[in-house]
Amino acid sequence: MFKGLQGALSSLGHRVIEGIWRIGAGARLFSYICFYLPEIFKRPRLIVREIFSTGVLSLLIIIVSAFFVGMVLGLQGYNTLQKYGSSESIGVLVALSLVRELGPVVTALLFAGRAGTAITAEIGLMKATEQLSAMEMMAVSPVARVIAPRFWAGVISMPILAALFSMVGVLGGYFVAVPIVGVDSGAFWSQMQASVDFRDDIVNGVMKSLVFGVVCTMIALFEGYDAPPTAEGVSRATTRTVVNSSLAVLGLDFILTALMIGA
Amino acid sequence: MERTTIDLWVGVFLALGLAAIFGLALKVGNLTSSNVGETYTVTAAFENIGGLKPHAPVKSAGVVIGRVDGIVFDSKDYEAKVTIKLDKRYQFSKETSASIFTAGLLGEQYIGLETGYDEEKLQSGDKIKHTQSAVVLEKMISQFLYNKASDTKSSDTSKAAE
Repeated sequence: MFKGLQGALSSLGHRVIEGIWRIGAGARLFSYICFYLPEIFKRPRLIVREIFSTGVLSLLIIIVSAFFVGMVLGLQGYNTLQKYGSSESIGVLVALSLVRELGPVVTALLFAGRAGTAITAEIGLMKATEQLSAMEMMAVSPVARVIAPRFWAGVISMPILAALFSMVGVLGGYFVAVPIVGVDSGAFWSQMQASVDFRDDIVNGVMKSLVFGVVCTMIALFEGYDAPPTAEGVSRATTRTVVNSSLAVLGLDFILTALMIGA
Repeated sequence: MERTTIDLWVGVFLALGLAAIFGLALKVGNLTSSNVGETYTVTAAFENIGGLKPHAPVKSAGVVIGRVDGIVFDSKDYEAKVTIKLDKRYQFSKETSASIFTAGLLGEQYIGLETGYDEEKLQSGDKIKHTQSAVVLEKMISQFLYNKASDTKSSDTSKAAE
């Protein structure tokens, strides 16, 4: 019994130390990426290619899910608001919930699943097949050539995807509210415009998605770079990317919301 | 520089993103309504502004004619000094009165302007003299209860006199 306790205690300690070590290594990778920022302007082609694979290829899933999320919000909102005789406020409900919360958060979760996993698997496999070591042998920094372009591409793509998500979601809400359940189109837009503030709601939403972009891409890159160079190691790293990104996004969302509402 | 299909797609992606942000700003948000043409600024002092916020609408006869620009506390008179931006197209008499109303039962608060009979018009930087504060629900309830109590007391005394 004593031995079991000792084992549990030491594995707990091992996990804590491992976690702290990973945070430190991640911070070091982040500082390298920031250091190699000027390299990006020398080779814009690299970043364009990465924006294609993280941003453009995520467009379909973002647009389709945004449309359905907007439609569901419209339907649910109408169902409840109608009881209070204020079904015209449906536009406000859809727009505020999308622009403030759902746009940045759902986009980040989808991004982690769609683009984050691809980044982790790609870099993990490059490491397993010793492509990164080969680069180092040729005096090409893998951080400058492979990691940094993916990071900046993710940071650029995320706010764009989140803005698209919010806009398409609002259109989805409009599609349900106006032609299907018959809310007045003018009231839908005018009430929305009266209560959505550009600075307080839209800019804050974009700022949130920028933070999520940094966090999600950073986690995906670090997990790939840190993955044990085996098939199992890469698969575990991919799983960890999704789990850690989702947790980080949801936790950070609370902190960011508290900061923005409190300010 | 040679062009590839990837460049085209990334261009489409960035253009879509910009279009979405513009769409959010103009169609969903209030960026268009906050700077309508030329405005002039007047101030008004209220004893109590209730829940009035910056960017709240200023209405006359129910039509939005301006927005609240800023609210500061005046520590000299212990009043709230509200700066209002009005559309240049609409001119108001110097005798205009400003009151704080609530849209609906629980809606947002706005300033209502009612013009007076003075021929002179409000100029930029002028102060609206006649103001009426927001209705504070607690005050109203306590006043109502106070009146009720004094009513029953007076009816008691009148009964005793009979």
